[in-house]
Amino acid sequence: MDYQKKELPKKFSTIGWILVLLGVLLVVISYLVNPMRASFNNVIALMFMAGISVGALVLVALEHLSGAVWSTPMRRVSEFLAASIPFVAVLGIPLLFNLHGLFHWTHTDVVKSDAILQGKSPYLNTEFLIIRYVVIFAILILFYFIFTRNSRKQDITKDQNLTKRNVKISAAFMPIAAIGISFLAIDWMMSLEPHWYSTIFGIYYITATLLAGLAATTYAVVSLNEKGYLHSSIGADHYYSFGALLFGITNFWAYIAFSQFLLIWYANIPEETIWFMMRWSGGWKYITIAMIVIRFAIPYFGLLTAQSKTDPKRLKIVAVIILLAHLFDMYWLVMPTYDDTAVFSFYEIGFPVLIIGILILVFSFQAKRHNMIPIGDPKLQRGLDFHL
Amino acid sequence: MEEKKIFSIAALFDTPDDITRAVKETTATGYTKYDVNTPYPVHGMEKAMKLKPSLLGFITFVIGVGGATFAILFMSWVTIVDYPLVIGGKPFFSWPAFVPITFEVTVLSASVGTVVAMIALFFKFPHNSHPLHDTNYMRKVSSDKFGINIVAIDPIFNEDKIKEFFKKIGGKEIETIYEEPFPKEIKMFDKRFIGALILVMLITSGVSYLVLNKLLYIQPYSWMSEQDKGLPQTKSEVFSDGFTMRQPVEGTIARDFIPYEYKGMKDSAVINLSNPLPYSKQVLAIGKSRFDTYCSPCHGYFGKGDTRLRDQFPKPPTLHSDKVRNWADGNIYHVITNGQNIMPSYEKQISRDDRWAIVHYIRVLQRSQNAKDSDFEDSKK
Repeated sequence: MDYQKKELPKKFSTIGWILVLLGVLLVVISYLVNPMRASFNNVIALMFMAGISVGALVLVALEHLSGAVWSTPMRRVSEFLAASIPFVAVLGIPLLFNLHGLFHWTHTDVVKSDAILQGKSPYLNTEFLIIRYVVIFAILILFYFIFTRNSRKQDITKDQNLTKRNVKISAAFMPIAAIGISFLAIDWMMSLEPHWYSTIFGIYYITATLLAGLAATTYAVVSLNEKGYLHSSIGADHYYSFGALLFGITNFWAYIAFSQFLLIWYANIPEETIWFMMRWSGGWKYITIAMIVIRFAIPYFGLLTAQSKTDPKRLKIVAVIILLAHLFDMYWLVMPTYDDTAVFSFYEIGFPVLIIGILILVFSFQAKRHNMIPIGDPKLQRGLDFHL
Repeated sequence: MEEKKIFSIAALFDTPDDITRAVKETTATGYTKYDVNTPYPVHGMEKAMKLKPSLLGFITFVIGVGGATFAILFMSWVTIVDYPLVIGGKPFFSWPAFVPITFEVTVLSASVGTVVAMIALFFKFPHNSHPLHDTNYMRKVSSDKFGINIVAIDPIFNEDKIKEFFKKIGGKEIETIYEEPFPKEIKMFDKRFIGALILVMLITSGVSYLVLNKLLYIQPYSWMSEQDKGLPQTKSEVFSDGFTMRQPVEGTIARDFIPYEYKGMKDSAVINLSNPLPYSKQVLAIGKSRFDTYCSPCHGYFGKGDTRLRDQFPKPPTLHSDKVRNWADGNIYHVITNGQNIMPSYEKQISRDDRWAIVHYIRVLQRSQNAKDSDFEDSKK
């Protein structure tokens, strides 16, 4: 293993700081001007960032669990992205003070006269929501620390047992993560319309999570590797695997999203169709069509051919488009509850800028302190030699 | 025997590294028309051979798109033109329902098309063999050796030079492979072949017919299909008139059925009939339920003539016209019982009392659509 650590340029974290300051400024202004709309954007931001960081952590666990070799040299990038999970938890805290404005089901007088909401009240109540929020993020952060501590210890000790231990921990983590992410989606997005429900909603958001984590990892890996921060052996075959996974999960997203639509469309029950009717009236109709194009059609045709999956430039562009589409998806899921007509203005920009800034800062701090390649991992050499 | 034409010259190598090196040298020497056969895919071979991407992916894509187009057009034709049916109140062109089928047809046509294209491209159908088949070379490369063969169509092909070249780069078991003569008459249409094909078809269809229609119904496996009873749409062997179903004696009346005394008469004869039912909430609830079941498919839930049948049946006029509003109760009852123009009689479906309840309900509907200001005053009290 001939790995020479190369420091990221100072400029990188400077950009992060600028974006964070700009983001905080915009967020504070939007909270002062229109706290309601800022709160809804805060929900979008929470789900957007949770997608990237939790998705990255799931990828780490997935690699351990499946015994994948090809992704081992790039695992640190996912770990660095997952390091922002505590910040996701912080991002949700302002929301806890505005639950009454966000959620219809928090109005006790309404729930009293509503049989459906009464039936759901054992789950949908403020105390339990906060408990779930705290417990889910506590578990996610705990697993993040276990995974990365083992991984870093291995850099020094080269102890192979740590890999075995990580496999076992991943097996425990996977079901917990699946349930936790589903709860997050149900709590913060599905319960915005408390009468509406869709049993497929959890997996819809899990797919979005995986896609976001993978797209962020792909973008980071390709751009770092192009400038030589990773390893010279990482090349077309690794890119191809990233491209194929992005392509596959994009298709899976389309499958899940369409399944949800098809069943609701077929059954045609008013309390279910209302959710899609909201997204098919006013300006939302065009947003929905744009969603299908940007979330499915562009990544699908962008990654269809074998050459495009190994082309670093194409991969970077599609990864950014998928991340944008993820943000767009969260906007599409949350905002129709706020307004009947599609709205877009500086309120919607503040949080994404802040999140990108946080991700860059966290990444640069992590990259400064740790190796960008897990040099002690027994699978590393096989990963570097990986060929399709 | 005519002189055999050379197809290619082949050589074998022991390891994947050897073959990769040999391929690189072959390319460097200037040979372009050659092929490599290995027991498993050797990584980096496309690059060493400087192959262009295969045409097959494009063919698959085109056939897939063709399959998708065909599926959508076919389903549209069936549901819109050939057999329009209202299903669940959805429009005839219900594209979401088409998506799963379109997906399946796309996958099916793309995969079958790929196989057919491969056979056509590589075997040059109907020629179903390849010169490399049944050679020592093919036996070796399909077990543990790695082979290369330079084809005679190469621009700088020269038998002796290539043999020397293979020896130089360490090739073993250098072999000249001869072209199989392209069949002059295509064997597929041979008399014996066609005869055998017809024989097999006859035997299989005969056996399936016997099994499905005779063998399965030998006692005790009759699946209760043989029963001594009269079946619909068949001629009775018992009765001389051929009808299985007997007619009741003339003048018979079913229990609880009261024949309509003004059957087929003009409206003017029945105006005097008055509604025997009281004007109560209970009666109106029955009227609403019967109206929603029997009348609303054509007349609409509010009697506005907004049919749910999507133009498969002519639209009836609204029930809120001055004409209908000024009709006597008996007149509406007469139309329900007797039918009018294209509307059939509902005497058999709806009982006498329910018909009168519907009349009450229609009155309520008419009042609701033409409410006066005083009605609102009343409701406030």
